[in-house]
Amino acid sequence: MKWEVVIGLETHVQLQTQSKIFCGASTAFGSEPNTQADAVSLALPGVLPVLNREAVRCAIKFGLAIGADIAPRSVFARKNYFYPDLPKGYQISQYELPVVGKGCLTIRVPAANSEQPEDKVVNITRAHLEEDAGKSVHEDFHGMSGIDLNRAGTPLLEIVSEPDMRSAAEAVAYAKKLHELVQWIGICDGNMQEGSFRCDVNVSVRPEGSEKLGTRREIKNLNSFRFMQQAIEYETRWQIETLEDGGTIQQATVLFDPDSGETRAMRTKEEANDYRYFPDPDLLPLQITTDDIAHVKAAMPELPDAMKARFEQEYGLPAYDAATITASRAMADYFVAAAGALPKEFAKQAANWVMGSVAAKLNEESREIADCPVSPAQLAGLLKRIQDGTISGKIAKEVFDAMWVGEGDADAIIESKGLKQVSDAGEIEKIVDEVLAANAAMVTEYKAGKEKAFNSLVGQCMKVSKGKANPAQVNEILKKKLV
Amino acid sequence: MSLNLSDVKRIAHLARVEIDDADAETALRQLSGILGLIAEMQSINTDGITPMSHSQDITQRLRDDAVTETDQRALFQSVAPAVEGGLYLVPKVIE
Repeated sequence: MKWEVVIGLETHVQLQTQSKIFCGASTAFGSEPNTQADAVSLALPGVLPVLNREAVRCAIKFGLAIGADIAPRSVFARKNYFYPDLPKGYQISQYELPVVGKGCLTIRVPAANSEQPEDKVVNITRAHLEEDAGKSVHEDFHGMSGIDLNRAGTPLLEIVSEPDMRSAAEAVAYAKKLHELVQWIGICDGNMQEGSFRCDVNVSVRPEGSEKLGTRREIKNLNSFRFMQQAIEYETRWQIETLEDGGTIQQATVLFDPDSGETRAMRTKEEANDYRYFPDPDLLPLQITTDDIAHVKAAMPELPDAMKARFEQEYGLPAYDAATITASRAMADYFVAAAGALPKEFAKQAANWVMGSVAAKLNEESREIADCPVSPAQLAGLLKRIQDGTISGKIAKEVFDAMWVGEGDADAIIESKGLKQVSDAGEIEKIVDEVLAANAAMVTEYKAGKEKAFNSLVGQCMKVSKGKANPAQVNEILKKKLV
Repeated sequence: MSLNLSDVKRIAHLARVEIDDADAETALRQLSGILGLIAEMQSINTDGITPMSHSQDITQRLRDDAVTETDQRALFQSVAPAVEGGLYLVPKVIE
């Protein structure tokens, strides 16, 4: 039997606020345990939550970015469960009326019948605001566990997708796109090691062609895309094998063990799942007016898909280039800064350099484009010198490498290293004569009809000039002399 | 909707409330009374009325995103039953 895997994601995005969602304690990461756990975070008797405006703005931004309706009225609810890192005994979340409604995200996935990837729309069911829990430290404290409540109350946006993905690769593509988007619009720092972006993945399998969903298992707390891929692939295989061996799938929460590459059941859901949600009487309904939305919208950056379309139209970039460059805000900003300093017809060349030499060097040195040693202005300065014929593309690579190690701007490097292209006809003629005299055999070959010998002669001229001769002029003069 | 004794015990367990049989019987009677009251209210026609989520018909006020709390760990932990290395200690919980 052929099987189809069905995948949906729940993503917890930590919002970039200074203070917690319901109180004025700091959200800074990595402080001494419990130094950011105030009376509200500790759930001391009598404390009351007051909602953070910035967290609401972040939710609105996200809703706008995925084309979703923002609820004019949404409600906070208590999700009740017992755990020591949740001192209130409930998490303040949203249930029936979330702040962000249905939206969608377009991802690029490998196409079945083509080399080129194709677009696929993943629907987003909802996104809601909630608070994070604290952290349990299970080292041995005389048979007890340690609790750090610094993280308790940190604002989260939980983003729930429809079960629209059909492979581990699609799920990872969705997660990556979402990860990039939340950073693009500035609501999350995207730091997965620190837990700012965590994914729970629901996986089920069903016979291909079946409409009915299989029983799902939820893989909790994946904090790297590589683990996500591995976990989904393992889980899918496990479910198919279990069913083919005549077994059944029990709904369960599972954890992925990166060391063994396996998933393992954590707890069965039947009891733990009874969260007894009800509206939190400590919080009034959240009202968002069209004015509030308009304010946030006015401050929104251009979104990646819109920017991609603009690059194709305004700069004539191929779709692939436009998609690659808008895959991250930092790269797009870099390209815009470089291309903006050049005439439009050089945008494609700027794109080639950003995706080529710049990306390759960054990759080689595991650096982010934000701390690229060659600034966009410096790159534009270099491209200008290719454009006006001062240097050839080949020499430009040499200049680029020198800029990379901090030897200055393109003009200074060209000057100090004497890399200026030789376009003086007299000088090039001298070089050509020299080469012709030294390569009589090639000349004979060429005259006997061997076209290839011509290219070798051009190569020799370039070599003699140390790459500085203007190749077009070398061609021209050589041709004249060989008639 | 009607409750039975095992529902009461299950809810008590979820909330980690210790309850003996006599108390469970009392709680069952009281909770059933409340549910009866709700059942009575449900006979009223509420078609076309948006349910309220709060007894007061006003909306949430928001606060500015600013850190206003200082570190008072020593004070808070002075009343905790057990602390170590800045952590609150609790009976071991392992999934």
